[in-house]
Amino acid sequence: MASGVKPRVKVPKKAAAGETITIKTLISHKMESGQRKDKEGNVIPRSIINRFTCDFNGENVVDVKLEPAISTNPYFEFEAVVPEAGEFAFTWYDDDGSVYDTTKKIAIE
Amino acid sequence: VAGLPKQGAAAATSDELIAAFTGGAEVGAGDIKLTAPEIAENGNTVPIEVSSGTATEILVLAMGNPTPSVATFKFGTLAASRAASTRIRLAGTQDVVAIAKLEDGSFVKTSSTVKVTIGGCGG
Repeated sequence: MASGVKPRVKVPKKAAAGETITIKTLISHKMESGQRKDKEGNVIPRSIINRFTCDFNGENVVDVKLEPAISTNPYFEFEAVVPEAGEFAFTWYDDDGSVYDTTKKIAIE
Repeated sequence: VAGLPKQGAAAATSDELIAAFTGGAEVGAGDIKLTAPEIAENGNTVPIEVSSGTATEILVLAMGNPTPSVATFKFGTLAASRAASTRIRLAGTQDVVAIAKLEDGSFVKTSSTVKVTIGGCGG
């Protein structure tokens, strides 16, 4: 299921060199756990995002392994150091092989 | 875990998951903090935060879920703090456990009991 998946990230536009910033990410995804049953009693197959990564200019910030116990529309908040101007790259990996990504530029003030 | 439906025999127990994460090393107490609500009205989305001063990796388990794994956070070179927040599903009232692998190679653990009014594992 790759329909209606929309990543949203919140990154400040500017930071001082070496500053710590807070990043918030959200991606719309139903995160079907594989535990639920439909009306006929059949198990609805698992369909989740299983990995999320955030990198800055090629250097890793966080790498998260997600399990079915992560809520619908996975949300993450964490802190990153900004050593220089550049670009944050966010990537989500779906069970079905789809990869969703988005980037955010940040300038040094 | 008793009383909850098992998702086949493949579901690893929490003990197995902890052993796989620590490689069988002893798990002490110390530099790990887990912030979770005491009471969650809706088990479908329970906000949690893990933090530690020197962790390289943090494993989160929900001991009472049909599959206890929740997430594993790995912190890279540009992580400003060894902390992250997310939202998780809890099938019912249970202990949430966080285990951190510290820079010196040791493992520390903490847990927090969350009372859940409405479970979050469907069905």
